[in-house]
Amino acid sequence: MATALTRKDFVSDQEVRWCPGCGDYAILAQVQKTMPEFGIEPHNVVFISGIGCSSRFPYYMKTYGFHTIHGRAPAIATGLKVTRPDLDVWVITGDGDGLSIGGNHLIHVLRRNVDLKILLFNNRIYGLTKGQYSPTSEVGKITKSTPAGSVDFPFNPITVALGAHATFVSRTIDVEQKHLGETLKRAHQHRGASFIEILQNCNIFNDAAFNDVSDKGIKADHQLVLEHGKSLIFGKNRDKGIRMNGMRPEVVTLGQGGVSETDLVVHDETNLALAFMLANFDAPLPTPVGVFYATSRPTYDGAMNQQLADAKAKQGAGDLEELLKRGDTWTVN
Amino acid sequence: MAVPPEAAGQAADSQGQRDSGGVRKALQRRERVVIRFVGDSGDGMQLTGMQFTTESALAGNDIATLPDFPAEIRAPAGTLAGVSGFQLNFASNQIFTAGDEPDVLVAMNPAALKANLDDVPANAVIIVDREAFTEANLKRAGYSSNPLTDHSLDKYQVIEVDVTKLTTLAVKGLGLNNRAVFRSRNMFVLGLLSWLYQRPTQSTIQYLETKFKKTPDVLEANLRVFKAGFNYGETTELFTSSYSVPAAQIQTGLYRNITGNTATALGFVAAAVKSGRPLFLGSYPITPASDVLHELAGFKNFPIYTFQAEDEIAGAASAIGAAFGGAIAITTTSGPGMNLKAEAVGLAVKTELPMVITDIQRAGPSTGMPTKPEQADLLISMYGRHGESPIAIIAASTPADCFECAYEAVRIAVKYMTPVILLTDGQLANGAEPWLLPSVDSLPPINVEFRTDPNGFLPYSRDEKTLARPWAIPGTPGLEHRLGGITGENLTGNISYSPANHELMIRTRARKIACITQEIPPTEAFGEPTGGDLVVLGWGSTFGPIREAVKQVREKGKKVSHIHLRYLNPLPKDLAETLRKFKTVLVAEMNMGQLLKLIRADYLIDAVGFNKIQGRPFKVSELVNRINRTLEA
Ligand SMILES: Cc1ncc(C[n+]2csc(CCOP(=O)(O)OP(=O)(O)O)c2C)c(N)n1
Ligand code: SF4
Ligand SMILES: [Mg+2]
Repeated sequence: MATALTRKDFVSDQEVRWCPGCGDYAILAQVQKTMPEFGIEPHNVVFISGIGCSSRFPYYMKTYGFHTIHGRAPAIATGLKVTRPDLDVWVITGDGDGLSIGGNHLIHVLRRNVDLKILLFNNRIYGLTKGQYSPTSEVGKITKSTPAGSVDFPFNPITVALGAHATFVSRTIDVEQKHLGETLKRAHQHRGASFIEILQNCNIFNDAAFNDVSDKGIKADHQLVLEHGKSLIFGKNRDKGIRMNGMRPEVVTLGQGGVSETDLVVHDETNLALAFMLANFDAPLPTPVGVFYATSRPTYDGAMNQQLADAKAKQGAGDLEELLKRGDTWTVN
Repeated sequence: MAVPPEAAGQAADSQGQRDSGGVRKALQRRERVVIRFVGDSGDGMQLTGMQFTTESALAGNDIATLPDFPAEIRAPAGTLAGVSGFQLNFASNQIFTAGDEPDVLVAMNPAALKANLDDVPANAVIIVDREAFTEANLKRAGYSSNPLTDHSLDKYQVIEVDVTKLTTLAVKGLGLNNRAVFRSRNMFVLGLLSWLYQRPTQSTIQYLETKFKKTPDVLEANLRVFKAGFNYGETTELFTSSYSVPAAQIQTGLYRNITGNTATALGFVAAAVKSGRPLFLGSYPITPASDVLHELAGFKNFPIYTFQAEDEIAGAASAIGAAFGGAIAITTTSGPGMNLKAEAVGLAVKTELPMVITDIQRAGPSTGMPTKPEQADLLISMYGRHGESPIAIIAASTPADCFECAYEAVRIAVKYMTPVILLTDGQLANGAEPWLLPSVDSLPPINVEFRTDPNGFLPYSRDEKTLARPWAIPGTPGLEHRLGGITGENLTGNISYSPANHELMIRTRARKIACITQEIPPTEAFGEPTGGDLVVLGWGSTFGPIREAVKQVREKGKKVSHIHLRYLNPLPKDLAETLRKFKTVLVAEMNMGQLLKLIRADYLIDAVGFNKIQGRPFKVSELVNRINRTLEA
């Protein structure tokens, strides 16, 4: 690279049109800030999105971009990545886009482990269509389409991803800029489908949905930052921890009743069972953020290109003339 | 019956003699013969038919085949639901269809006989495996008495052969179990028919040797049974003569026998090779389209990517992604899958990315009759997307034509930066005919030129002649741009809600599709190029029966012509003018009149329709009758 890349190299000339105060701004800012660090020139980067407020994202990146159709970005990205493994391909989706209409594509892209960076902006609402409840909205959610409260149980994006055997599963928060940046970097380092759930505030239709983990005053007592190899400790005074009581996790206070750090669970990103347990944390347990699970498995695009390379090595490059003549042929004179 | 059937083919015009193993049998000449092999799904009728087809192709005949699959993969043995058939027409002159009705019906059990008897004309030859007509089998087929003994078949020439017993005798001593013996009965039949029509048998022997390379005992059994069938024909008194169907006068060159699905797959490979780009197929399995996926999955070294997607939406969507990246992008499906792909195709229309959507049509609506052909997806191809969404549509007319049409679809897609729908159908997909192999050099060029120059780059600038926008693929420095489904400003593609711009973009895309008429050769009317009483207008797999019917009525002195369309959108520029030269335009389609509607609406020509929606091709006789009636009216 001739000159070092800067944030500006990733900022397009298009006016950003999210509602003032929308969490999407913070995510965009952090992505634009982090991209230069990967050292990949903008022309080798592609952002592919579905439909939703979140999916407007590619217009604002000065890279290649594709704003596609509702829910199908993972499939479109798969076709691109498989045939163009040289590109750095990102998928931007929302809780409706990725878990409702596009749920099928999302689980399949994760299980196949296509080498894509997938950012799911979870605002627990349909923003673009003006505020209907989404598959991540809590039971009882009152919206225009559910005046008496929603009755269906929500998806947890992390358990969906883990259930699909995604190889990299993480969660971060729009306003936690440093954590968001670090998570992007971890996701980018990973080979395979990297899934990041980003808790995103929609201040218009679902304001303060994640206040407990994003509000400066209270978040420390509700947010559990996962770090590989480190004990599960949280709290304003960093005096709370997670201990196993038999098969059940519980919150304990360090120093009380003889509890010390050695009693606490140590995070292990390679432990799928632990990841599932953490993903299912519900009050009074804190909300974990960070990398739940990371493992290495061959990528779909890598394996497919390997098959093509093997076939070529074994049979030589395709010979059309020979192919057409395969089977029983005869000559008419 | 000892006398060889006179009706076993048309037009006996010469006699021959042949000395074989001391038994002298007459050799009679036939111009063309239609054989239908029918049996239980497990009886290997498709294989028998295909092998006989190969033998006939190698004998130099013109051929046309029509397989008829049961809908159920494994219906209960011996039932009507499980009957599988394969019809083959082979001739010493040019033929266009697999034949309306069989001259020879080979029925392996009572159900197969019952399910097909309606199609068999009086005096035709029926060869049956006598031993299969057991009480249990008769009952399963719904016969209350045995047709072999109750005189209900008196108007046919029935030849009863103890196929099972003779097969068992042939493999005696090889230690095969009953099931294996039973399963090789079809080879006896193939051997017998190969003798009856003096087919070259080398290809079948080679086929068996390859297929059973790893199981020498099974190979030995099949070879013995095949030869036993052949020798049986020669030695038994059931047949006093065999028949020759001499080689047809066809264009010289190297041929192979090909089904429509294989031809489609090869057309795509050829187009990719000629374009110098990798091929990507995104597809979800569905009858009768899956074979294209299967074929292409075997050609990885070309290079060809095949992606078995999670559904048809992902099949189309992944192809769009591949097209964005610069691959030759294909998606294949049949009817129900077309419905699912519609939104993605609309995205390709709006973003002007080249791809080919292949619809191997089957009888609908909904699941319909998956193994049966229909032509009822023309209007969904034309209009089955929301918004003004014009798309190029090409339809193949014969199995071998699928090659050219697949190739042409890619060529148009790439040249005009547009999705193209390729229509074939279940009959073309599985039907076979001899294919004169094209020389690779003679295929029209497919030039892929990616935009590389960032100077003055605008994603929606246009080529003057084709109105195609530049293909600017990710990875190219300086061309970073964003595509999307939202209406974009002319030239830049930036989001725009300007009313005038919206209309401009819609009209521009429509004009671009209309430009494709410059690729279409002048319309040719077979028959009376300058006009006449009646022209039959068709598209797709009806080519064969229409051409044959028109030839037959012309032989009776009628001024009838045939125009067959390959390009359905846009229609040829000179089509309206050409049709107007005829007093009557009769549009024959396997639907309720879809092309008819377009012709009437676009041209205000008072065309009439002839429509059949039975999951079966037109019979030549049906068309002849309809043409005559229309002429009389
Ligand atoms: C096929 C289709 N159905 C419905 C819509 C309407 N629609 C657009 S975005 C959306 C929901 C988006 O929700 P989410 O993915 O959570 O995105 P957000 O706007 O919240 O970022 C819907 C229902 C559409 N564009 N296409
Ligand atoms: S509606 Fe909500 S999600 Fe959409 S832009 Fe506005 S604040 Fe953001
Ligand atoms: Mg949302």
